[in-house]
Amino acid sequence: MARPPSRRPGINRRAQYSLFASYVVAVTGAAVGLLLVVIAIFDPTGFSALRIAAAEATRPVSVTLKSMVSGVSSVDEVLAAYWRAGSQNVALRRQVEADRNRIIEAKAVAQENIRLKKLLKLVDADSSQVLTARLIASSSSSARRFARLNAGSWQGVRQGMPVRAPEGLVGRIHITTPNSSDVLLLTDTSNIVPVRRASDNIPAISTGLGDGSVEIRALTAGRNPFKPGDLLVTSGIGGVYQPNIPVAVVVRAQGEIAYGVPLANPARVDAVVVERIF
Amino acid sequence: MIDPHLHHVPRLGRHPSRVRLHGTPVITVMLGSLLTSLPIIAQSPIMPPFGLLLLLSWRLLRPELWRAWVGLPLGLFDDMVSGQPIGSAMFLWTVTLIGIDAIEYRLVWRSYRQDWLIATLAVIVCATGGWFFARITGGGSVRFSLVLPQMLWTILLFPFVVRQCARIDRWRVMA
Repeated sequence: MARPPSRRPGINRRAQYSLFASYVVAVTGAAVGLLLVVIAIFDPTGFSALRIAAAEATRPVSVTLKSMVSGVSSVDEVLAAYWRAGSQNVALRRQVEADRNRIIEAKAVAQENIRLKKLLKLVDADSSQVLTARLIASSSSSARRFARLNAGSWQGVRQGMPVRAPEGLVGRIHITTPNSSDVLLLTDTSNIVPVRRASDNIPAISTGLGDGSVEIRALTAGRNPFKPGDLLVTSGIGGVYQPNIPVAVVVRAQGEIAYGVPLANPARVDAVVVERIF
Repeated sequence: MIDPHLHHVPRLGRHPSRVRLHGTPVITVMLGSLLTSLPIIAQSPIMPPFGLLLLLSWRLLRPELWRAWVGLPLGLFDDMVSGQPIGSAMFLWTVTLIGIDAIEYRLVWRSYRQDWLIATLAVIVCATGGWFFARITGGGSVRFSLVLPQMLWTILLFPFVVRQCARIDRWRVMA
């Protein structure tokens, strides 16, 4: 195919000027775009008003589609469960029997706890939960990890609130719009969470890697104390997150850094809970 | 029915409406950008930027359709729904379109393979730029290897998308 003639206006002055003007507009606009990015360096949540319209407009579509496909993502789990139904059944029975004893022990401990707290006159004011909502979409084509939550400022969601699932921490609220909000996921590269090892309180910092895993750096000097299988929970240091929310489990330790996988997979969790800032 | 391909043959003396002629490409690109509102909670950038792919397809398929400034409104819309900082696609798409104009001006002969090569360059520029902008606007240390797979299958997906564009284009110009 030879070059199309449209880009060469020939001797027609008006066409020449029109083409030139279009380039002037394009270059100016590109410069404005660059300026907006530069502004975003200093104020990442700026211009969120522009996103509000888009978020509000696409919310009904996402919600409808979400309700249609919520069963699909767990199809593989169901198939795998059928595949090894027999052996799984036996294993689960043993697990249940073992757990029964533990539950009885735990109940006793809980009662003892209540009794001791009464003795100490401690009062638990655990009204931290704001609401429960669903994750309906995400920034699936961007290098950042945001998910859209089906609840916004009209429902009481505020910027910075922690978001968790029953399994563990999901992230925190980044931008709110009237009926939806963007959640900065735990695996985003800018999400830093203070954590500790559940077994012995070694403090560490978890940073997202952007690929579904997190990087864990111990705050103690010396060699890396973490080994695969370690469970990490939030330490509550620095505000934002309540202490003792499960965060991740360590899968690999390499040099000074340990790599972990979040316990709550945002693609799998059914509903998430928005909590107040601790 | 004589031939299914003759289904959309224009009737004598009739022309497609202006809305259809000029609106169809814009709407398809916007729908491509909107694919991010599918209920997929991605753990890494897995989804190809369909908005960009459709923009490139239309631009290379129909060079006379748009001027370079069309990247501004379409890019702004993409930024609003994609989670990238506002201005990112606005800048990258417009610069890409200007670049394609410049390349086209120098190429004497252009066919499907050259189109794919141009689209490959454009995808690499836009993905790298998007990664860089995400990094400097509070993204922390986003690794470049994170966007490589996305870049690869965006390039591989181009022939398919351009085919679908051509199909829509046939419907567009025939009333």
